[in-house]
Amino acid sequence: MGEYKALFTIKMNHLRELEAEAIYIIREVAAQFERPVILFSGGKDSIVVVHLAYKAFWPAPLPFPLLHIDTGHNFHETIEYRDALVKKTGVRLIVGSVQETIDNGKVKEETGYNASRNVLQTVTLLETIEEYKIDAAIGGGRRDEEKARAKERVFSHRDEFGQWDPKNQRPELWNIFNGKKHLGEHFRVFPISNWTELDVWQYIYYERIEMPSLYFTHKRKVFCRDGVWLAYAPFMKLKPDERVEEREVRCRTIGDITCTGLSLSKASSLEDIISEIASSRVTERGSRWDDKRSDAAMEDRKREGYF
Amino acid sequence: MYLDMELLRFTTAGSVDDGKSTLIGRLLYDSKSIFEDQLEAVKNVSNQKGDHYLDLALFTDGLRSERQQGITIDVAYRYFYTPKRKFIIADTPGHIQYTRNMVTGASTANAAVILVDARNGITEQTLRHYYIAYLLGIKSIIVCINKMDLVNYSSEPYFLIQEEIIRISQKLPVANLIFIPISALKGDNVVKPSANTPWYSGQTLMQTLEAIPIYNHSHRGPLRVPVQYVIRPMLDEFHDYRGYAGRIESGTIRKGDKVMIMPSYMLSEVTSVHLGENFLEEAYAPLSVALTLKDDLDLDRGCFICQPEQLPQTSSILEVMICWFNMIPMKLNQLYTIRQSTWEAKCKIIAQHYKINFHTLSEENSQEELKMNEIGRFTLKTSRPMVFDKYSQIRSTGSFILIDDNTNETIGAGMIQ
Repeated sequence: MGEYKALFTIKMNHLRELEAEAIYIIREVAAQFERPVILFSGGKDSIVVVHLAYKAFWPAPLPFPLLHIDTGHNFHETIEYRDALVKKTGVRLIVGSVQETIDNGKVKEETGYNASRNVLQTVTLLETIEEYKIDAAIGGGRRDEEKARAKERVFSHRDEFGQWDPKNQRPELWNIFNGKKHLGEHFRVFPISNWTELDVWQYIYYERIEMPSLYFTHKRKVFCRDGVWLAYAPFMKLKPDERVEEREVRCRTIGDITCTGLSLSKASSLEDIISEIASSRVTERGSRWDDKRSDAAMEDRKREGYF
Repeated sequence: MYLDMELLRFTTAGSVDDGKSTLIGRLLYDSKSIFEDQLEAVKNVSNQKGDHYLDLALFTDGLRSERQQGITIDVAYRYFYTPKRKFIIADTPGHIQYTRNMVTGASTANAAVILVDARNGITEQTLRHYYIAYLLGIKSIIVCINKMDLVNYSSEPYFLIQEEIIRISQKLPVANLIFIPISALKGDNVVKPSANTPWYSGQTLMQTLEAIPIYNHSHRGPLRVPVQYVIRPMLDEFHDYRGYAGRIESGTIRKGDKVMIMPSYMLSEVTSVHLGENFLEEAYAPLSVALTLKDDLDLDRGCFICQPEQLPQTSSILEVMICWFNMIPMKLNQLYTIRQSTWEAKCKIIAQHYKINFHTLSEENSQEELKMNEIGRFTLKTSRPMVFDKYSQIRSTGSFILIDDNTNETIGAGMIQ
């Protein structure tokens, strides 16, 4: 392997500790499961997970593929970023298509103003897991995102119907993760469970991870619905009083275009984003339509097998 | 940009209605860690329930059934930071049937916050929580005497509780024992110092959390790297590369260090230490790294990379403390799977010595089987010799879980004595 190239000194801080924990968890998945995947949404959390996995196995290539559940309602920037990442790392990409699930008649497209494919993607996800016999799906979920997530284990068991039973979770002690399961069951694994939104951005800055342009300020056609700025796309139905205008915005989370609220922001660098978040008074999911449907919206979706 | 913060993990415990969720809500609220949309959501729910004040517990009670019953069912993790530290709270329920969660929360904590209701004084739950924090090796215990507003901020109950816990600590000592009179509901001595307790001159809970030592000296201990996974790239560029991936659980390692592989006692030398593409001068606990060795050894998951001068012990007979989590009681001589770090084998519990009586914190000579939420001392026999340290010396090589082979559930946790 040649000589030591650049010697690197590591200073311990909260980011290094979180990184060490996440790499440990990702390696446990490689050791304990046969057909794991990384759930890749194109959002910052899954980008960080891919980065951590790359570090965990270097110089070997990633030992598992990426799985993208494609709602068909993406920001085109997300798909471009995904394809560039696949090309750069040589990782295998599996795509589960919500459009196909709809075309096959397995789910019905929602109608009305707030129609979203966010809920439908659970069906596509579970079908893809079954089709590829996936036994562990690594996700970028964080416990600080939402109160139902705060109770989820790092190794989170799913029964053969893909369902989560929050009242009967396995105790998780020290750093011992029990991934044993029966045939047909699977696990969701969350290596960055203990990270906050701020930790994620600090780490991106620390590691100089390239990010999709959507996270930085840009001019975009948007409209305002009940106080939330949404990106305009031709398939979205506008209410009579809603008007499309151009604004300087950025994404704080990236999801399906129909439910991703945008922030009015001039943050153009990672430093800007970090100081914006450090002083922010609303959570990142505060502008997610999918969570606003009811107080227990996330818990209900998670029980059914959502991300 | 807060890039260099320390990380403090603490667990909170208290009996039902001791106000634990309210306390965490208070910590988050007063440290301005609650966001406007969370506040708005909690206000809405509080109004619907007809509460007269903002129910701070709603910030942490995450599951629908918890909010309906007004209790915490499962461990919830919460995060906040001040300019000095990032905090991870493991909020654990106080119900007797969920005590396993207290053990879970305590297993990764640097500190424990135990709540006692000033009106009720010490209960069996307080003793249980104290004992679990002690058993799991938590060095700092902060006893918050809560609901001081309901005893008119009188110092008497505070000092009574303090005296009693100090008496317990003589038998079960912890490095750092702190007492704070608080009202989580009113905010006294949580984040802001209280004018209602002039007889108390100590720090607030938040000041204490920011200042207590983290006691993480694991990088100074003997070297222990449990091998998790062997990296074999199968690429032309790295044809002969074999990397041993693992987390340094204790100690420090450098290129050129002589190492001994356990349990095979084979010797080798470290040729590189790296974290991703970065080759490191030295690496230490708790970093996750990959190592390459000079010799081509038969070395796989479950092996330990150690220093030849400071080897762990090896035996198939162990003296252990076990906490039982399952509805079905433990059975002597039944086969279970044991997992310690990355190592796994079968085991049987071959002898029972005593159980802990949580009313008196005494060791009770009982041959009755160990039931859910009970803790006892046992002799355990493993199917293959185990490489281990005492839990009090190195947590990760001294702890294990027991798994039921039929259900795959984690049914117990143990600490090697």
